[in-house]
Amino acid sequence: MAALLEINRLTMRFSATEVVHDLSLAIEERTTLGLVGESGSGKSVTALAITRLLDHRAQMTGAIRYAGQDLLSLDSEAMRRLRGKEIAMVFQEPMTALNPVMPIGEQIAEAVRVHHPEQSRKAVRDAVIEAMHAVALPEPARRYNDYPHQFSGGQRQRILIAMAIVNRPRLLIADEPTTALDVTVQRQILELLADLKERFGLTMLFISHDLAVVSQVSDRVAVMRRGLLLEEASRAAIFRTPMHAYTRALLGAAPTMETPLDSPLATLDFRGDDARIPLREMADGHWARVAETV
Amino acid sequence: MSFSGWGLVYRSQWNREKTEGAFISIVDSQGNSRYETLNYLQMHYFLRQQLKTQPLAALGLCLIGTFLLAGAFAPWISPSNPSAIDLPHRLAAPSAMHWLGADELGRDIFSRLIYGARLSLTVAFSVVACSLVLGTTIGGIAGLYGGVLDMMLNVLVMNAFLSLPGILLAISFVAFLGPGLINLILALSIGGWVGYARLVRAQVLAVREREFVEAARALGASDLRIFFRHILPNIVQPLIVQSAIGMAGAVLAEATLSFLGLGVPPPTPSWGAMLNDARSHLFDAPHLVIFPALAVMFCVLAFNFIGDALRDYLDPRTRMSVGL
Repeated sequence: MAALLEINRLTMRFSATEVVHDLSLAIEERTTLGLVGESGSGKSVTALAITRLLDHRAQMTGAIRYAGQDLLSLDSEAMRRLRGKEIAMVFQEPMTALNPVMPIGEQIAEAVRVHHPEQSRKAVRDAVIEAMHAVALPEPARRYNDYPHQFSGGQRQRILIAMAIVNRPRLLIADEPTTALDVTVQRQILELLADLKERFGLTMLFISHDLAVVSQVSDRVAVMRRGLLLEEASRAAIFRTPMHAYTRALLGAAPTMETPLDSPLATLDFRGDDARIPLREMADGHWARVAETV
Repeated sequence: MSFSGWGLVYRSQWNREKTEGAFISIVDSQGNSRYETLNYLQMHYFLRQQLKTQPLAALGLCLIGTFLLAGAFAPWISPSNPSAIDLPHRLAAPSAMHWLGADELGRDIFSRLIYGARLSLTVAFSVVACSLVLGTTIGGIAGLYGGVLDMMLNVLVMNAFLSLPGILLAISFVAFLGPGLINLILALSIGGWVGYARLVRAQVLAVREREFVEAARALGASDLRIFFRHILPNIVQPLIVQSAIGMAGAVLAEATLSFLGLGVPPPTPSWGAMLNDARSHLFDAPHLVIFPALAVMFCVLAFNFIGDALRDYLDPRTRMSVGL
């Protein structure tokens, strides 16, 4: 299968600080790549780099190829036409990512109108209501004119997802879509995303700091830390045979059924300098940044 | 927690059948603000409460309403033609025939005040509209794009205009292009837009960093669309307040220019021009001065009352942070 999105040796810096170093990733069509990392690992800026929402602030080298075209060399008007139509994004904070003074139906409709200005009022409304249905928002027609503050956090996240999928994008970038939600709602949102992926044949880049969340939706998992890709493998390989010490530490930080009740929760105490170690294919499709001797 | 202010009612979609609709912003004692939905009856309750606790706003609204009606229906209301000369009654004191007296040509002062309201309000609304459009455009560009463009517009253009007294700018503009209604409006707008531009710029700088703007950008919205559909509705509150207070300034500025003979040329009645005509009769016929002066004063006061009240309604925190 061909890769829909291919990041090739991407390096990003904000003035003097390098935030992503020599990152290469590929996502095949109709699969999900989970990108895991702690705060400051460069996972979110990678997402913003793909949609080129960082344009004026960051210097970038390398290439980001989407369906054959290099996004970094695309002119900004062509990029704007891709955003929201082919490449859609779901943001982290459902509380702040919605405009407080615009009815939610209108906000979802924005996504349609931006790319299909020729559509009639009714066609837009129908598309919006269909998207609201798809994300299982109750009573779409009645709640079309309600404002964001009249919805709960989980419902707002559904609205954000509806905004992202209303144009049937090929690539969906979900940047910590469940971090601001409680665990029950988190589960519902993850199920929704998995369902939408099946139904619409989405390719997904799922970003999270939570390995457990990533494991529920991803086909492949990539682990990042301090702008470096440490390990990338299929979900099964990451969980069964983690090669990098950091990945193991991440896995160990989550309590399991076997963790003794009275032992303190594990904290992540990992220090390592991996910049010098090259990323190598250790097993079939399993890349890791580990020393030769493993 | 206490109710401390009225929030934005952006679209009047509430009605008697639908219980949800308009909403208000509530600020609790910790300074956290949140939105609360109001139904139709609650809306009216709060509106009445607010008018009760803000008697000056109610007064201002009544005054402006009166001026507006007077201006709009001037030909039907005024007891006589404002330009009709009646020399036998020149400088007449207020009487049954001339309610507020007559000026040095015997023209009825009450009628001239009514027609003057028409001019003053036309100028005030036009000046504020022009300034608002110009200021929002330039301030919006500066705030949205930032960087070098912002430097040019903010530091060079806006500061240059701010360093010149607005009234002086207006005087020289009219002196160059000659008096007239359009020139008067343009002259006053030229000094007036800077305030709006600065306000819009500052507000845009704050709002454009909010996540929903980034989300709109991620949808593929163009800059123009982001500005008009997403940013502008979020900054409209301070603009409304500034506009109301700007009206007062415009009324005053129009009177000033007319007083100096740079307003709309006679015989069009104007409060400022009436004051100028009355100068030489300050002691022998004081009513010639008092009534136009009162008209200007009440009009300016009314707009200021409304502006202040709107500030309270729309953002209760402003007053606290400004220390009023």
